Amino acid sequence: MNFNLTKEQETVRKMVRKFATNEVEPIAAECDKEHRFPVETVEKMAKYGLMGIPYPTEYEGAGGDHISYAITVEELSRACASTGVICSAHTSLCTWPIFAWGTEEQKKKYVPDLASGRKIGAFGLTEPGAGTDAGGQQTVAVDMGDHYVLNGAKVFITNGGYADTFVIIAMTDKSKGTRGGISAFIVEKGFEGFSIGKTEDKLGIHASSTTELIMQDCIVPKENLLGKVGDGFKVALSTLDGGRIGIASQALGIAQGAFDVTVEYMKARKQFGKSLSKFQALQFEMAAMKTQIEAARLLIYKAADMKDKHLDYSEASAMAKLFAGETAMHVTTKAVQFHGGYGYTVDYPVERMMRDAKITEIYEGTSEVQKIVIAGKIFGKK
Amino acid sequence: MAYKIIVCAKQVPDTNEIKTNPETGTLIRDGVPSILNNDDANALEEALKIKDAHPGTVITVVTMGPPQADVMLKECLAMGADDAILLSDRALGGSDTWATSNAISAGIRKAAEKMGGYDIIFAGRQAIDGDTAQVGPQIAEKLGVPQVSYVKKFELDGNKVTVERALEDGYEVIELQTPCLLTAIKELNTPRYMYIRGIYEAEKAEISVWNADDIGVDKEKEVGLRPSPTNVFKSFTPKPKGAGQKVAGDTEKEIAKNLLISLKDKNII
Repeated sequence: MNFNLTKEQETVRKMVRKFATNEVEPIAAECDKEHRFPVETVEKMAKYGLMGIPYPTEYEGAGGDHISYAITVEELSRACASTGVICSAHTSLCTWPIFAWGTEEQKKKYVPDLASGRKIGAFGLTEPGAGTDAGGQQTVAVDMGDHYVLNGAKVFITNGGYADTFVIIAMTDKSKGTRGGISAFIVEKGFEGFSIGKTEDKLGIHASSTTELIMQDCIVPKENLLGKVGDGFKVALSTLDGGRIGIASQALGIAQGAFDVTVEYMKARKQFGKSLSKFQALQFEMAAMKTQIEAARLLIYKAADMKDKHLDYSEASAMAKLFAGETAMHVTTKAVQFHGGYGYTVDYPVERMMRDAKITEIYEGTSEVQKIVIAGKIFGKK
Repeated sequence: MAYKIIVCAKQVPDTNEIKTNPETGTLIRDGVPSILNNDDANALEEALKIKDAHPGTVITVVTMGPPQADVMLKECLAMGADDAILLSDRALGGSDTWATSNAISAGIRKAAEKMGGYDIIFAGRQAIDGDTAQVGPQIAEKLGVPQVSYVKKFELDGNKVTVERALEDGYEVIELQTPCLLTAIKELNTPRYMYIRGIYEAEKAEISVWNADDIGVDKEKEVGLRPSPTNVFKSFTPKPKGAGQKVAGDTEKEIAKNLLISLKDKNII
């Protein structure tokens, strides 16, 4: 048992904290207001290696580990949750399944561009009628001998409008159902029949691009099948297990960011002749929140560490995301409360953080889905 | 062409976080994070820009300090420096600027043997803990190379260096030849961040630690507290100034009038 971060992980936090303070935080409110994807920030993140932290250097990754990756998403999200999820969706949901499930040829072709951040990645699982319930897939892939033809639509795709490379889940054999009937494909933006549909207008994470993907007789080369035919469900679930570490880290960052600005506000704001920080009722709430944030952090780092050690971390990442998401929502709501009327205005960052926090209880499996995963470990799957 | 560059850097306490003990007047260093000195980051950045433009360029960072200064050197490596040398020895402790420049210039001579000479030495203008701005220029004197301090713009063409040297009310343009020493100010550039890959590689990198004997300095006469011609007699925290007075008024004219009245009241005018 060792609760200390390595020197590398400590330095990664120091670097990303500085990067986020200088490059992310100053434009966070503006990107939120204008619903603007921060292209210039993503380019800088690519330059410094933030878009491929846990991948080996031979694939142009940074050669880091998943705790450093979690720290990175946390520190980015502390300043801007949208920037955090751009990194998370790219790293966990697109690069990872290709890296983990791809053939050597696929890895050589796609991972270096993604891990270096030259290209941005996204993942297409969710449909209007199927999210975590992957078996309800309406997107179909038909084997035409030398290629596949994909038809269907995906919704709520993070990074959709800016991604070059997509991992798409589609039904290859309905009769086989979820296990065995679904397959995964690597789809490039330029493939014939592939297009981006409407962009969602959301409650929060405004600077993150959330779009529809439309596949209309989309031609996908045979060699772009990811994993074997019928492996799609396993590809999707294993990808989501890792993605949850990223989203939990995003939630943690949002909570920490809201907490930190609230501490400063409480010291400065005076009511009834004394600083808010002198009121014990508020102090106690802050103490409880700090404890909750730290507990979330430990759950996340444990899950990330298990992933690095190739242990089964499915339950650990579900717990981390469940707890971190609820923490983010609780802390940001209180942060707005402690800011009073100012907290409800866009002049202070806590209202944005509260709007951004909500999604962490929803995407990559809602809190209820995390409980299904955890309950499955207690009582066994049905 | 590729260049051989030496960067002088110092690990300093982060002055944003530092406090002084009001009774003794000394700095409270406990728990204060250490950082790469700001101007030295500009010095390193300029060297890295040369490396970006001229592949094959090699950058060696040299520092003098306690063993834990290796953390700062690793940051320099993570930003893109190729090699790092730490001059560390109890005998070097307490050195003033004269003794420090003796040690560092000796260290650079030895580093130059390893690198096969050098073209440019970059140093920061001054360190935020001592603020002397003397060590860089003294190193140049002891190595016998031309120097320009307060460099705010740098251009390199073959072995010709053209710099803008900041003055209080303007700047002068100076041309010189390599090898030379330049001290950087913050206007020179914006230092880059560490690369994540660099962070992991730097942790594995070997940092050369040289003691006083390794660099061949005389411990009795050249380095350390005793031979240092300057000694700190006393340090103190200046008393904080009282709050200023804001002169109010509805119009500029009225504000000026009120200011005059108040100055006259105090017999200043």
